[in-house]
Amino acid sequence: MSNPVQSGGTVIIAQDRCKGCELCIPACPPRVLSMSTEKNALGYYFPELAEGCTGCTACHLVCPDYVFEVYRLLPPQPSQSQTSAVQ
Amino acid sequence: MNVAATVPPPNSVKRSPFGTKLLLSEDHPLCPGCGHPVALRVILEVLEELSLVGRSVGIFGHGCSAMMIGQMDVDLNLSLHGRAPATATGVKRMLPDRAVFTMQGDGDMVSEGLAEVLHTAARSEKITCFLLNNGVFGDTGGHMTAASVIGQRTKTDLTGRKAEEHGYPIPISKLVASLDGVSYVARASVHNAAGITQAKRFVRKAFEHQMQRTGFSLVEILTMCPTGWVSKTADGPAYMMETLGQQMGLGELKDSLAAG
Ligand SMILES: Cc1ncc(C[n+]2csc(CCOP(=O)(O)OP(=O)(O)O)c2C)c(N)n1
Ligand code: SF4
Ligand code: SF4
Ligand code: SF4
Ligand SMILES: [Mg+2]
Repeated sequence: MSNPVQSGGTVIIAQDRCKGCELCIPACPPRVLSMSTEKNALGYYFPELAEGCTGCTACHLVCPDYVFEVYRLLPPQPSQSQTSAVQ
Repeated sequence: MNVAATVPPPNSVKRSPFGTKLLLSEDHPLCPGCGHPVALRVILEVLEELSLVGRSVGIFGHGCSAMMIGQMDVDLNLSLHGRAPATATGVKRMLPDRAVFTMQGDGDMVSEGLAEVLHTAARSEKITCFLLNNGVFGDTGGHMTAASVIGQRTKTDLTGRKAEEHGYPIPISKLVASLDGVSYVARASVHNAAGITQAKRFVRKAFEHQMQRTGFSLVEILTMCPTGWVSKTADGPAYMMETLGQQMGLGELKDSLAAG
């Protein structure tokens, strides 16, 4: 599974650009961001995502280094056969 | 376990890109936890949303925000320290259909260039000035400015500004709002997501005032400078709100369109 997150959203984290300021950690309402134990090439710890992202964009708003790209996951589409059954 | 996506997930909508369309690169040299890049992103997003791309000119003063001019896809000019409102006046008078703005720090606007901004506001130039106020000369090391608030820690006084010794801060937004010919003045802050959203609303209103030619507009945005304040990056937003935010307050100081 390339994307195991089942909640309403997810983020792509450009961790190489992160400067480790930690502003995103308290900004995340469901508290699903926490700092890594490894450092990036710049020498900073960076945020990692746990299950439960809502796609709210708060992390993107507060990050001074433009590290987050935020996606809202759409509900699964009804399948073709279900749609034709209704019609 | 880190469950962050590495590629755009299927069956999803992108709610926010990394930067904005007007940023040529998201890499910049500003310090960890600096508030300026957040304020700059907000301003660039408003230019896009108001369809001012290709129709705007920015005049930067001297300060840390100017370190980003090389990567912004906007017509820009770097003016002498504190003199951005004067340069912006000339640009706007020659190109009246452009959205002309300045980007200045508090050292630039309130210490070095106080006369410039006051005269420009009093002349009712149809420009928008942005003040990124961190209460220090960040670029040159974090010393006290004319806008540092009482008690605020700076590199030149680690015990904070004292009225008896250093005098009182100049509340530039209040001064400018008191002048006739000034159309819109507001103070916002990038301390959290709600503050950033409010900042964006104020930036948009300021440009709307300018495009309706109602008068001069100023938006002051409080920005963190953990380097100048000698604070941890994570403590920056709270320290900013205990000092600059608490003493000056956030909100609109003047809105001539709402009043009329
Ligand atoms: C006439 C002149 N004096 C002094 C300087 C040095 N100088 C460059 S940036 C700067 C500080 C700017 O502080 P501020 O406007 O508050 O911006 P910040 O870096 O805090 O964002 C100073 C003093 C200069 N470039 N020109
Ligand atoms: S989008 Fe919202 S919920 Fe998801 S990581 Fe960012 S702040 Fe947290
Ligand atoms: S706010 Fe941005 S730069 Fe700071 S730790 Fe989070 S991802 Fe890194
Ligand atoms: S010195 Fe202050 S204003 Fe300048 S880049 Fe660093 S944190 Fe930002
Ligand atoms: Mg400053």
